[in-house]
Amino acid sequence: MSEYLGKLTLQGVSSLGRWAVFSARALREVRSGQALGTRLVRAVFEQGVRCVPVIAVVAAFTGMVLGLQGHYVLSRFGATGMLGTLVSLSLCRELGPVLAALMIAGQAGTALSAELGIQRSTEQIDAIELMDVSPEGFLVGARLLGAFFVFPVLTAFFVLVGVAGGWLSGCVLMPQDSNGYWGAVHEAIRSRDIRECLLKAAVFGFLTTALCAYQGFYAHRSGEAGARAVGLATVRGIVLSSIAILAADYLITAVLL
Amino acid sequence: MNTSASIPASPLLEIRHLRKAFGARAVLGDVSFQVQPGAVLSVLGRSGTGKSVLLKCVVGLLQHDGGEVLFRGQSLENPAARKALRQASSYVFQQNALFDSATVFENVLMPLRARGEGERALWPQRVRDVLQRLELEDATDRYPAELSGGMQKRLAVARALVTEPELVFFDEPTAGLDPLRRNAVFSLIARLQRERRFTAVLVTHDVQEALVVSSHVLWLDAGTVQFDGMASSFATAQEPALREFRDNIEALRESLRSVANPNSI
Repeated sequence: MSEYLGKLTLQGVSSLGRWAVFSARALREVRSGQALGTRLVRAVFEQGVRCVPVIAVVAAFTGMVLGLQGHYVLSRFGATGMLGTLVSLSLCRELGPVLAALMIAGQAGTALSAELGIQRSTEQIDAIELMDVSPEGFLVGARLLGAFFVFPVLTAFFVLVGVAGGWLSGCVLMPQDSNGYWGAVHEAIRSRDIRECLLKAAVFGFLTTALCAYQGFYAHRSGEAGARAVGLATVRGIVLSSIAILAADYLITAVLL
Repeated sequence: MNTSASIPASPLLEIRHLRKAFGARAVLGDVSFQVQPGAVLSVLGRSGTGKSVLLKCVVGLLQHDGGEVLFRGQSLENPAARKALRQASSYVFQQNALFDSATVFENVLMPLRARGEGERALWPQRVRDVLQRLELEDATDRYPAELSGGMQKRLAVARALVTEPELVFFDEPTAGLDPLRRNAVFSLIARLQRERRFTAVLVTHDVQEALVVSSHVLWLDAGTVQFDGMASSFATAQEPALREFRDNIEALRESLRSVANPNSI
């Protein structure tokens, strides 16, 4: 048993090291293969623009549920005037960054793993390497840079839509005062909360993109081949990203609180 | 058995004692040969004898376990020599390895863009020229998946030649093609090699066609070199193992002809 645990630990440390080298190389060699601007625009479109609808829907319903639950719980203590505070702080400090990252990982992260996995199995990555281009830099670098921009922007969008959702359920569908709600939101959110929110989003963006890309890029090392390897890489990418998001969320919160 | 031709002083590519194993299975055992500038070397052998593995070890896609690869006399252990090889060479993959999300035009443009080679304003014209030579000028806006097998192969060749490389590696360029297309691909390689004078290393199963286009032959069996010499010598060599290899291929051809034309039996 201890031998098994030891082997597992060594494998984990070794994988972590390879992942770190892969990510560093992707960022360092991002200019390899030229057309960086085009690749950045494409990355922002695929990770950002395409995810807007799902982010909007999830954010709206999250805010509405928070509005309903908040109204129910706060009414027990006669503190319904705090609804805006509860919804906005919950979304800004925790739910916004985490849920937005999980949604982007589910849509853009899985697509990235699958795309790179297929490029690996059809030797497209080998072809790029033989053109004297860094495949990590060319295929992944721009996406990592894009993630630093896209995740914070989409998270801010998530928080705004979520707060509006909380207003809809709390003040339009329930008998809560709109002015009181928006006033509480205005009072509650401090610049420190926004900084923490955006920092979390940027960290989640890097983790999600780098993990999904790594799984797809090395899909052939999974012991499977072809379509099965791509499927496995996609699953691993989203599972590891989700775990990394929640673990990093705890660590950042613990450090910054 | 080794019937090496006279070897000039400075080969373009030199492989010394190359070894490669996957786990306990040795695929290449002490393979050595040289490729002279302007030569067309065909690497022949049965399936599973390590021909493609040899090519991938030479270009660095696979890490070899022992031995050395030299390009213009410099070991590829040296990053500068590895870079020089990649700048001067192209590779045609067995399954083409075309960029499936890019159009035909973008596929051929990619090596120029990747290497930043030549004047940027001339890239589109260079792409159009090579596409025209390979009769793909009407397919520039199509995606690889919309092309026939033969057109995909021509596109892979176009992508490899657009940078006007000094050395081209062809890994089973006719795999999966019917006999007519196979002949067309070999004719294309021979014609382009004559026009552009590149050095070629060609891995193939097609012995007869390879002998027509090649100046030199390397025959691998069980991961070792059984013949390294002129193509004309390979066709007439009388060593038992070599004759058996050629006879087996001829027997297979005859049986396939019989299947294709039952009345001939």
